[in-house]
Amino acid sequence: MTLFVKYDLDLLCKTLLKEQLDAQDISYSLGSLGEIHIEGKLSPEKQENLTAALKKYGIDILSKQKVSLIDRIKNAIDDYLRNEDFRTEKLSTYLSNKLHYSYAHLSTFFSENTYMSVENYTILKKIDLAKELICNTNLTLTEIAFRLDYSSVAHLSRQFKKTTGLTPSVFQSIMNKKKN
Amino acid sequence: MSDNILNIALADDDEDDRMLFSEAINEIEIRTKLSLFNHGQELMDYLTLPNVVLPNLIFLDLNMPIKNGQQCLMEIRNNPKLKDLCVAIYSTSSSEKDIEETFLNGANIYVNKPNNFSKLREVVEKVLQLNWQYHTSNLNKETFLFRI
Repeated sequence: MTLFVKYDLDLLCKTLLKEQLDAQDISYSLGSLGEIHIEGKLSPEKQENLTAALKKYGIDILSKQKVSLIDRIKNAIDDYLRNEDFRTEKLSTYLSNKLHYSYAHLSTFFSENTYMSVENYTILKKIDLAKELICNTNLTLTEIAFRLDYSSVAHLSRQFKKTTGLTPSVFQSIMNKKKN
Repeated sequence: MSDNILNIALADDDEDDRMLFSEAINEIEIRTKLSLFNHGQELMDYLTLPNVVLPNLIFLDLNMPIKNGQQCLMEIRNNPKLKDLCVAIYSTSSSEKDIEETFLNGANIYVNKPNNFSKLREVVEKVLQLNWQYHTSNLNKETFLFRI
C-alpha cells in the first residue's frame, strides 16, 4: 500500500531546528530569513556538535561571507510571499526596509548576478508556491489565488500558463499521474 | 557577473540542429560549456564514464537512432548517480501525448524546437535562466516542470 502525505516545508525546518537546538541545550530565538539568534556565544564544541547535527538534514551553517546579498534578497522575497501580513507594503518598500539598501541598488545588483530581474524572480517564486499548494493541499485555485494575492483566479491562471507553459489543470493532472 | 560556468550537454542526431544550437548558446550572456552528442547512446556512454564532470543541464532530442530521447530519460532517472540531473526535452513534436509521457518519465522542461534563430536564442536563454534559478534558489525541485 502507498500513503500520500503533504507537508509544510517552512514549519518542518523550524521544528527541526528547534529540536536540534534544544537537544544541544542552547538558548536561542528563531528569526525570519533563516536566522538563528543565539544568546551570548557558542563554545566551539557546541558549535561543532550543532553543525554536525544539522548537516545530517542537509542544513549548513553559513559563514558570514557566504550569506550573500543575493541570498538575503531571495529569502526576503520568500518571506514576503509566504506572509500575508507584509502585503500592506509594496515589495520594493519591504525589501529596501528589510535590507537597508535602496530598491534601485538591490534590483540592479540582483539582475547583474542572477540573469533575472527581481520582478521575474518574484513571479517564478509565486508560481512555485502555487505549484506547491496545488500538489500538497486541497485548496481550490480560487483560494490559492487569494492566498498569493492575485486579483483574480483568471490572473493566476494566466500567469501560471505564461510562466510554466502549462495550465494549472494540466500541471495538476501530470503531478497526480506521476504520484501513481 | 558570476564566474560560474554552466556545463550543458545536447544529444541530437541532426547536424544542422546541433550547429544552430551551439551558435544560439554562444550568443547568450550566461557563460556555458557545451558538449555535443550525435545520439542517445553516445550521451549515456559519456554520462556513465567514471569521474566524469556531470552537466548541469541536458538537452535531449526525442527522435534519434540507436537510443532515443525517452530511453535516455528513463535510464537517467533510474540511475542513482544521474537521477537528479536537470533534463530538457528538445523536440519538434508538439503532440500532447509525447509531452505528457516525457513529464511522466521525469523531464523537467519540454522545449519545442523553434523554426527561426532569434526564437531559438530566446528559448535557450529562458531554459538556462530557469535552470540557473533552480540550482541557486530555494525552489521546489519536485515540481520543476515547464513547457516552453
